[in-house]
Amino acid sequence: MTSNAMLEVNNLVVSIADTRILNGLNLKVNKGEIHAIMGPNGSGKSTLSNVIAGKPGYIVEEGEIIYQGENILEYEPDVRARKGIFLAFQYPVELPGVRTWQFLKTSVDAIRKENGQDELKVREFDKIFEEKRKLVEMAPDLIKRSVNEGFSGGEKKRNEILQLSLLNPKLALLDETDSGLDIDALRIVSEGVNEFKNSDNAILIVTHYQRILNYINPDYVHVLVDGEIVKSGDSTLALELEEKGYEWVK
Amino acid sequence: MVLTKNISNTYQVDFKKLPIVPHWLQEIRNTGMQDFLNVGFPTARKGNEKWKYTNVSPIAGIDFRLSENETFNLKEIKEKIFWDEKWINLIFINGQFNSYLSDEIDKEPISIVPISALSNNLDIAQNIEDQLGSLIDLSDEGFAALNTAFVSDGITITIPENTMYDKLINVVFFNSGGLNAVSHPRVFVNAGSNSSTSIMETYLGGSQNISLTNSVSEIILNEGAIVNHYRLLDESSTTYDVGYGRVKLGKKSQFMSRSFFKGAAIGRYDLNVLIDGEEAYCDLQGLYLTTGSQHMDNFINIDHVAPNGKSNLLYKGILDGKSRAVFGGTVVVRREAQKTNSIQSDKNLLLSSEAEIDSKPALYIYADDVKCAHGATAGNVDAETIFYMLSRGINIEDASKLLLYGFAAEIINSIAIIELRNKFESYFLSALPDYKFEF
Repeated sequence: MTSNAMLEVNNLVVSIADTRILNGLNLKVNKGEIHAIMGPNGSGKSTLSNVIAGKPGYIVEEGEIIYQGENILEYEPDVRARKGIFLAFQYPVELPGVRTWQFLKTSVDAIRKENGQDELKVREFDKIFEEKRKLVEMAPDLIKRSVNEGFSGGEKKRNEILQLSLLNPKLALLDETDSGLDIDALRIVSEGVNEFKNSDNAILIVTHYQRILNYINPDYVHVLVDGEIVKSGDSTLALELEEKGYEWVK
Repeated sequence: MVLTKNISNTYQVDFKKLPIVPHWLQEIRNTGMQDFLNVGFPTARKGNEKWKYTNVSPIAGIDFRLSENETFNLKEIKEKIFWDEKWINLIFINGQFNSYLSDEIDKEPISIVPISALSNNLDIAQNIEDQLGSLIDLSDEGFAALNTAFVSDGITITIPENTMYDKLINVVFFNSGGLNAVSHPRVFVNAGSNSSTSIMETYLGGSQNISLTNSVSEIILNEGAIVNHYRLLDESSTTYDVGYGRVKLGKKSQFMSRSFFKGAAIGRYDLNVLIDGEEAYCDLQGLYLTTGSQHMDNFINIDHVAPNGKSNLLYKGILDGKSRAVFGGTVVVRREAQKTNSIQSDKNLLLSSEAEIDSKPALYIYADDVKCAHGATAGNVDAETIFYMLSRGINIEDASKLLLYGFAAEIINSIAIIELRNKFESYFLSALPDYKFEF
């Protein structure tokens, strides 16, 4: 039986140290869908995307995360990534001395290997990288620079989207990708995401503000408050939230 | 200072047996021997700040004898060292210049003369006579005094003013000595006004015996001179290597030093830079990779005497096994050295709980209008960094390798000569330990 489900989060209870962050969360994302998770600060939005990607430091007390029919909670983050889960970081990490070329080539090859493909030849990689670089309007010397080192906030976010389109995952988790972006960067990032989108993958956008949803049109909007989804609807819900504020759903 | 005087008689006996050299050089030797007998080895543990973290009693306890020369063919040597046809490659075997293995030096627009050949180059000798040994105070440095007592070979490089010399001068001191063999390499550089040159010193071990390399390098930069200086310590695990670098910077001169450590039982590099002229600049960077029971001590002093000087000091270490590294970085800004700008930093990755770093950055400021910063860190890589790499599908082994190399790359990438940078890159890539960061 083939399922259309990309991600199913069932009754997920997550804590950090003694503080409970997610409180029995349920969510289902099908292939071809874009879901937006909106919520005020501290509602657990980032925790959700981090736990799906496998970030350490969280304690999953109950529930399961089913990705393409498989519970992934026991997998290390690199295994999840090779299976097709991608997290665009809210605060992308600087890797001084690690060249972008080396980093992304290693990453692309690791994922190709998982899918039974050969490593990319240098020339092939360079060609694809160059396409993606132009897509997010990064400077040509990017490939020689250390990963994210000395980048502005906007450059770091664009670099995340470059990686998204280069690695071409099945499930993209965008954690506050719009925060700190000016209007041009927001347009570039959104275009990158829209270009990536197809009927075979899925996107989960975590955001505080409705702004990015003017550019990326979600099929579903969920409102997260105190670790639970308290309201779900279509894209009009985001506009309503923007107008009435989070107090409205609390 | 309290010092031991139990110097073995062997050194005095061997000193008397040294081959005859020109009178002026013999006088320098005599001074060296006198100072050595006065000061001895710095073995005292009390009141011995300079050598606080490096115990040299294993060295003082051995009667080291002068190394014999040995025959090698060029192919053997080329396999062991950094070599490029574009460079001037100068090979010393156990402290003695080997003209057969070295490139021709007579036709270069600068003077490159081995100390052993100075008696045939009286013009050069005349210029060097007064300056050899002028940058180092022997009365306080037993090892340097011993080197001076036994000085018989090494290289002298004199760059005429306004000469841009673009070939790397690649000086290799290859140690293949027998049991308890010692060599005393000596380097002397005089960079003329507005000249520019690049020099590399490699101390390379081939001996599996206990041996000692005891070197002294003096570098004088006249007004507006630029010197790029590279140093690689890659001795065998049974070799002790003690080296001094003494550098004097004239007005508006620039000295760039890149110092790399990979091998020696005990290694010590005492680098002292005197900012003697206005608006001079030095940029001292280093990378040490220690493992097993190795011990590396970088003892660095920058002395700002003249105003408007700038200095940058950045050292990085990767420590594994039971190894120990010492970073003593002292910057002094004298009262006259107003408008000095100085930064120093030492960063270390400790890959083993048994490895140890003693990092002592120090700053003494006697001027009031200066900008200085210093710091030292030791530690591991944070979890967020590793999570970021793993989230891109990279496994922990590859991520660790990328991070370890990335840590070292900051220093390697600052090598100005591209062929040399590439050689250092592959050299360190293959030398990095297999290590998995915890996650």
